Amino acid sequence: MSTRAKELVALLAIVVLAVIAYIRKVGGAGPIEFSSTMSVVVICLIALSLLWILVLTIKGRLIGRRVVFIYVGVAVSLPLFMSLTQKVSPSPEVIQLYDAITELPEGSKVLISFDYDPPSAPELQPMAESIIRLCMQRDLKVIMMGLWPQGPQQANLAVEKVFEDTAITNKGLKYGVDYVNLGFQTGNEFVIQRMGSSFESMFSTDYEGTPYQELPLVRNVKNFSNIDYSVNLSAGFPGTVEWVQVAVDRYGVQLGAGNTAVQAPQMYVYLDAGQLKGLVGGMSGASEFEDLAEYHGKGTKYMLSQSFAHVVVIAFILIGNVAFFLGGRKSALKGQEP
Amino acid sequence: MDHVSVWLGAFLTLGILSFLYKDNPWYKLCEAIFVGASAGYWVIVLWWDNLVGKFYEGVGDDPALWVGMILGVLMLVRLIPKVGWISRWPLAFIVGATSGFWMMNYLGSNIIEQVGATIMPLLSTQVGAGFDAGVWMILSRLVVFVGTFTGLVYFFFSKEHKGAFGTTARVGIFFIMITFGASFGYTVMSRMSLLIGRIDFILGDWLGLIN
Repeated sequence: MSTRAKELVALLAIVVLAVIAYIRKVGGAGPIEFSSTMSVVVICLIALSLLWILVLTIKGRLIGRRVVFIYVGVAVSLPLFMSLTQKVSPSPEVIQLYDAITELPEGSKVLISFDYDPPSAPELQPMAESIIRLCMQRDLKVIMMGLWPQGPQQANLAVEKVFEDTAITNKGLKYGVDYVNLGFQTGNEFVIQRMGSSFESMFSTDYEGTPYQELPLVRNVKNFSNIDYSVNLSAGFPGTVEWVQVAVDRYGVQLGAGNTAVQAPQMYVYLDAGQLKGLVGGMSGASEFEDLAEYHGKGTKYMLSQSFAHVVVIAFILIGNVAFFLGGRKSALKGQEP
Repeated sequence: MDHVSVWLGAFLTLGILSFLYKDNPWYKLCEAIFVGASAGYWVIVLWWDNLVGKFYEGVGDDPALWVGMILGVLMLVRLIPKVGWISRWPLAFIVGATSGFWMMNYLGSNIIEQVGATIMPLLSTQVGAGFDAGVWMILSRLVVFVGTFTGLVYFFFSKEHKGAFGTTARVGIFFIMITFGASFGYTVMSRMSLLIGRIDFILGDWLGLIN
């Protein structure tokens, strides 16, 4: 069979399997979950197969890059079926953000800026959901906005998710009174600059088009001086750096940040300098915050996959190094041969 | 509609992931759709939020926007060779205003504040607090000081990196490498998170195999 024919057969098999799974889903079948024993067996099998690859490497038989991709895919996928949970220990910067919110008195206003878009949602959406949930749980007023066009939509999705919890729904929170979405405003860091003098000049209406003065929650919010704490959920520019430079250092805003893992290392300098009051970095940060807030959402769920993938990556780094050094030694030996 | 959108999402996700096998027409199609949709999206956002929202509708509230409009139009005269030189005026304004704005921001937040956070008392939690710092705090501040100093020495190229100076610079390299390693580790975590998000979509939203 030619390579092209094999590829077509593989593609056809994937389509057939997908259709079967989809029909199963539409038919109302529930999700598949591995028992603890099954999960341990699967983990052991993966570990053994990695050992086997190590042995093959030592013997001089190198594996192709596609095998690495398959392993990473398996390491990410299988934990999603497992019933195991990973224990997380909240780091000081996450505790700082959690404390900053929980120490606010009832009725305090929290401004959350959603400066990200759907591609960064796996990391930032769990943070958004748990932060909004915590605020609502503690009867804080939530004002949402976005410097990224898709940010306010992510805010609405997070609020929808939070309202799936009956404990929050039973509070009878009202839009415009207890929480509001001011929408997106173009202008990047200059929006923050203008908000320092007037929120209304930047958000004359909310996301739905309701005039600013008709929203009881923000009617009396003139500028940052009327905000008790701010959180910036950021995936790039404009984001936390701009909020620190303009809102914190010019207007004295108390700011906590939730960042993608790529960005987080750059933010520690602001944290150490006291410019940030709390930092939640990446998916691990999200799971730590969920742990503190006693809300086990997607951050916690994804963390097992994250850890598995890291173990596999580390294993392949070790295998790669073994291949490199053994290869180097062999080359050196070959060089000595007459 | 839900069925169509979820299948479309799965088709595009798998198409992009198929690049891991090898470059192929399915991937090319998905890549082209992604680039086209992104460009289209931003054109619409810029049109409605900047031109219509800020200028067409907003100019009545804020006459200062006329200045922006005139500068914007002047930028376009670059297309007319005879008067193209006029486009340098708005460009000069943008460069000057932006650098002035950012210079102040970076000077305050990224230089003065950071220098202040680096030069901390060694044995006290804060200035004038007495000898109240714990062992870890003292160690942490020593690490910050040594790391900053040796890192700066590494980037000082006016003197040859030899002897004690070279050793200090070499220590600086270690700190820089550790920083790069931390950033790389976080980047791996971030990229894995994106992959987990997509796999969750495929196995959960599309196939319903996971919760």
